[in-house]
Amino acid sequence: MVVPDDIRETLKSVAALSETTDSLGEDDNLFDKGLDSFGSVQLMLALEERYNIEFPDNLLNRRSFSTIRIIVETVSKLTVSAAA
Amino acid sequence: MDQLLALEPTSGPRSLLDRLFDQGLLVRTGVDGLYGRSGDFESVVEAVDRIATRLGAADRAESLRFPPGMSRPAFERSGYLKGFPNLAGTIHCFCGNDADHARLLACIEAGADWTGGQAASEIVLTPAACYPLYPVAAARGALPEPGLLFDLQSYCFRHEPSLEPTRMQMFRMREYVRMGSPDQVLAFRELWLERGTAMMRELGLPIAVDPANDPFFGRAGRMLANNQRAQGLKFELNVPVNSEDKPTACLSFNYHQDHFGTIWDIRQADGEVAHTACVGFGLERITLALLRHHGLDIKAWPAAVRDRLWG
Repeated sequence: MVVPDDIRETLKSVAALSETTDSLGEDDNLFDKGLDSFGSVQLMLALEERYNIEFPDNLLNRRSFSTIRIIVETVSKLTVSAAA
Repeated sequence: MDQLLALEPTSGPRSLLDRLFDQGLLVRTGVDGLYGRSGDFESVVEAVDRIATRLGAADRAESLRFPPGMSRPAFERSGYLKGFPNLAGTIHCFCGNDADHARLLACIEAGADWTGGQAASEIVLTPAACYPLYPVAAARGALPEPGLLFDLQSYCFRHEPSLEPTRMQMFRMREYVRMGSPDQVLAFRELWLERGTAMMRELGLPIAVDPANDPFFGRAGRMLANNQRAQGLKFELNVPVNSEDKPTACLSFNYHQDHFGTIWDIRQADGEVAHTACVGFGLERITLALLRHHGLDIKAWPAAVRDRLWG
C-alpha cells in the first residue's frame, strides 16, 4: 500500500522540493511549490524505480505529478496493475 | 567525388530535394541534411533576414552575432543534454603526439576508424541561436527595469540526418530574444505572433499557427513535450513544404518561463528571476517554403512576393 509519507520520501530526491517535502500538504500543488518540468521527470523516474512500475504514456503529464494525493492514487493503481 | 556521384538518383519520381539539386539551388555534399546553397537560394535567405530586421527595427534590439560554436561548459550548464542528447554536436580534435599522428594516418590508410583518438574540445556546435546569449546577458548583472531585447542570427547544428530538405543538420536561425518580467516577455511573444503571421501571409504562403512541443528525447521527453503543450509554451507557424499532412515549422514562438533565468541566474531589476521568450525564424525553411509554393525559378515568382523580398 502506498502512503503519502512514502511519496514524501521520494520527493526528497527531487532537488527543487528536497527542503520543503515534510511540510507539503497532500493537496498542495507541487508545481506551485517549485517543481519544474525536469523535476517532474526526475520524480517520475524515482517513483518508477522505487515501486517497480512504468507510467503509461497517457499519464505522462503535469497532472499526474501535481499533488501528493494524486501521486498516491496513481502509483497505487499502477502497483496493483503490475501485481495482477 | 565518387561518393557524391554514387548518391545521384537514376530514376523514380523527383522529390523536392531532388528538384532543388537539379535546379542547383542546393548542392550535394554526400551527407543528408548538409548542403551547399546557390546564390539564388542565398538571395532569398538574405531577403527574409532583412524582413526580420525591418519588422523588429522599431524595438531597438541589441544586435549580437556569435559563431556557430559555443563554450562546452556553458552548453552543459544550459541543460540542452537533458532534453536533446541525440541532437547535440560536439567538436572533437586531435590532441596527440607524433606517434598518435602516425597511428591516425595508418588508420585512414587502412580504412579503419581513426576517430577514437580524438578528444572533446572546449567547443560544441550551437544548437539554437540564443544558447550562447544567456551567459553573456547574465554576466552583465540584473536587467534594467524595461528588460532586455536581443537580435541574433547563427548557423545551428542538430544531428538529425534526413532526406527532407527542411530538416537540415546545419541551418540558420534568426532570433529575437526578450528577457524581463513574465508580462514583458509574453507581450513580446504576442507581438511577434502577429508580426510573423502577417509577414508570412504577405509572402503568399499558406500558414497555420499551432501549439507545439520541442522534440525532447525518450520517454521522459514525452512528458516534457506534454507539459510544454499543456502550458502553451510553444507555438509554431507551419507551412506545407514536404507534405500537406506534416507541415513545416518555419517560425516558432517560445516562452521559456524562468528556465534560462534560473540556470544562468538572470535577475529582473527587482531581484526576481528573469523570464525569457524568443521568436525564431528558420531562414532556410522559409526559403524552402517560398520555393515550394512559388516555384524553383525565383525570377518567376509573383511580383508582390518579389517586391516584398527585394523591393
